[in-house]
Amino acid sequence: MKKFLSAILFAPLLAFGAGAELHLDRAPDKANDMAALQNGAKIFVNYCLNCHSASYMRYNRLKDIGLNDAQIKDNLLFTAEKVGEPMKIAMQRADAKVWFGAAPPDLTVIARARASEFGSGADWLYTYLRGFYRDDKRPTGWNNVVFENVGMPHVLWELQGEQVMGADHKLNLVKPGKLKPQEFDAAVGDLVGFLKYMGEPMAEFRKQLGVIVLIFLAVVFVFAYALKREYWKDVH
Amino acid sequence: MSKVNAILQGTLNWVDERFPLTSNWKAHLSEYYAPKNFNFWYFFGSLAMLVLVIQIVTGIFLTMHFKPDASLNASGVPVAFASVEYIMRDVPWGWLIRYMHSTGASAFFIVVYMHMFRGMLYGSYRKPRELIWIFGMVIFLCLMAEAFFGYLLPWGQMSFWGAQVIVNLFSAIPLIGPDLSLWLRGDYVVGDATLNRFFAFHVIAVPLVLLGLVAAHILALHEVGSNNPDGVEIKKKKDANGIPLDGIPFHPYYSVKDIVGVVVFLMVFSVIVFFMPEFGGYFLEYNNFFPADPLVTPPHIAPVWYFTPYYSILRAVTYPLFGIDAKFWGVVAMGASTLIIALLPWLDRSPVKSIRYRGPLYKGFLAAFIVSFFILGYLGMLGPTPMRTLVAQICSVIYFAFFLLMPIYSSLDKCQPEPDRVTSK
Amino acid sequence: MSCDDTVDCGRRRLLVATAAAGGVAGVAVAVPFVASMLPSERAKAAGAPVEVDISRLAPGEMMTVEWRGKPVWIINRTKEQLASLAKIGEKLADPKSEKNMQPAYAKNETRSIKPEILVAVGICTHLGCSPTEKFKTGAESGIDADWPGGFFCPCHGSTFDLAGRVYKSKPAPDNLEIPPHMYLGDAKLVIGEDKKA
Repeated sequence: MKKFLSAILFAPLLAFGAGAELHLDRAPDKANDMAALQNGAKIFVNYCLNCHSASYMRYNRLKDIGLNDAQIKDNLLFTAEKVGEPMKIAMQRADAKVWFGAAPPDLTVIARARASEFGSGADWLYTYLRGFYRDDKRPTGWNNVVFENVGMPHVLWELQGEQVMGADHKLNLVKPGKLKPQEFDAAVGDLVGFLKYMGEPMAEFRKQLGVIVLIFLAVVFVFAYALKREYWKDVH
Repeated sequence: MSKVNAILQGTLNWVDERFPLTSNWKAHLSEYYAPKNFNFWYFFGSLAMLVLVIQIVTGIFLTMHFKPDASLNASGVPVAFASVEYIMRDVPWGWLIRYMHSTGASAFFIVVYMHMFRGMLYGSYRKPRELIWIFGMVIFLCLMAEAFFGYLLPWGQMSFWGAQVIVNLFSAIPLIGPDLSLWLRGDYVVGDATLNRFFAFHVIAVPLVLLGLVAAHILALHEVGSNNPDGVEIKKKKDANGIPLDGIPFHPYYSVKDIVGVVVFLMVFSVIVFFMPEFGGYFLEYNNFFPADPLVTPPHIAPVWYFTPYYSILRAVTYPLFGIDAKFWGVVAMGASTLIIALLPWLDRSPVKSIRYRGPLYKGFLAAFIVSFFILGYLGMLGPTPMRTLVAQICSVIYFAFFLLMPIYSSLDKCQPEPDRVTSK
Repeated sequence: MSCDDTVDCGRRRLLVATAAAGGVAGVAVAVPFVASMLPSERAKAAGAPVEVDISRLAPGEMMTVEWRGKPVWIINRTKEQLASLAKIGEKLADPKSEKNMQPAYAKNETRSIKPEILVAVGICTHLGCSPTEKFKTGAESGIDADWPGGFFCPCHGSTFDLAGRVYKSKPAPDNLEIPPHMYLGDAKLVIGEDKKA
């Protein structure tokens, strides 16, 4: 009986601690850093928007991060005619499937989709984009620490350089790129900040509005509570 | 002023001669006598009504923009998935309406679970309120159906695979099963036909039934009167005018009290809508931001939190029985785990209704039931391992034991005597 | 029931007759509504066979193609993998593929036409999730120390070997389905058709 009881008591503890840990680096928070988000947008259209679309994101929405129509048109508008259009790409999905094995996913909400119990979607992307290493067994020549046998090649390799996986499962930079490691991390941080913004462009406004709504409801609560007290005087 | 009053009174008389407006107002609000000792747990009935209204209103406006279409658009994204993102970005205030609807779904279950737990605490299902309880249970089942149909609509990975698993549950029924699930899907796989019919069920069929059942639930309640935390009948002690001594008119006393509850609820609701609409992946699952892919199941698949206890029970059955495989019995156990709650009025043999006067046996069983319900809910979110399956099996046994042994332990229990009149806390 | 003062038998007979006729009408009207939910002609016509070129499928690799909206796996098994199939018989629920989950020409040890090439519908026979490939052997697979490689269903934990055969005491009752398929040439496979031409 005692054994049975202790089995019941301790079994949950054993049952709940399990599963492979996925270690993710924490992405820097760039939600309110307009310069970083603009830089991230620039990296995004230059490096990602050739193969990946962001088909729910309109170019002119970039006003949220402090750009005006003229700036968007001059610096970022590569794949569309008008600033009101979404960020689509010319590549056909069927071709992409042949080239990469799988069609590159749309990236509009990728930062929301990649969240998990191990960290936010931004953390995953930040680790992923910095986690490519050389692997000759892969058709692209690249593998990744958080996305095993990934179909995507290391698009940012000119900036980062080349890493290899050491015997201790740590990455070592064997060939430096155009950017120093800290500069590269900062650039990826900006890019991830932009992806996070793009996943939910209204996120900052949503929080600001929430504060106002809660303050208003607090005032309503005072009225409602006074009203209830007034009526319930007769009951007690 | 008196002239205005006279016109208003005249209008009211005109209506009353043609429609029972004043008499209904009196019967259900101003002269419906509710016990005066309602506590915290009694807010959740009116809150469930509020959430129902929120879901219907937000749902109507979402329907104006959503497209139940599984075909791929030019960017290779399913139209239904893209239309949700269109609502989130391009429709003015669409994000707010959508978050209210998605948060409302979870809020509905929180509120209804609290409402049901109140019924268990104070024996609200006991005679003469058995039918109220039955109507309530059917509402609960409809609510689960409504949530399940609605969850397919965004056409994300969790939508798709959740529907795939649940529809396939029906294929476990011997003989007719495979044809039944084919009929439910309308195709050999979950696809456009399934999405379209789930949309029809979600926006019109189930809500109509739900509204009818809510009316029946309230009519039945107002026929017999409300229970209360002491579990005593206030109608037994009436004054000279036939008004219960411990009763107060629902309006204005409980209408003003419920407004306070509504405001507090809205504050909690707003915190979620405005600051954590995903609620850590429990209200909006992360994998559902990937469009449905019929070729790849996500590595971590779990139902939304409000289904996980029953899902755990489904998975806990791993042994075949009577020559029928475990899959069928898992489905039976899962179905039984929701239906058995409806039998409470006939399983409970205690001389008292309220937890306040029950003995230690019932309290112990109730505590074990609640704990195992939470453990099952938690395990349902995790992937299966042999250890977890064992824990789920133990908790499933406790879950069913609470109900099946109730006739025995509730009659053996040492109860305290009920008071004559309601007590004030 | 006897006819007396309280029961008017003439009326009762007519009531029963009318109710019965009304019931028949109700059922008859329900038929088209219920039937409308069955798969449409379009859905029935959608299951065209799929042609696949497997010349680039290296040993130990797998590819997925879509047939009737379902994933169909094509796996080129290595010698070691094939050898492992014979050793795990007693751990499987249906090692000899006696249940009717495959065409007759795939009812053999490897459940395939060519020994190394497995063609299977990648849908778990439990509740229809698509299992994940776990080709790594042993503890590295995360399943158990003597895992010979196979598939793991993320939904309810069923495991399958490299011939799609299900392990014992798992929720899935049957082996993975082998779809009808045939070879048009050495490296050209047709899934969904097996005319013995």
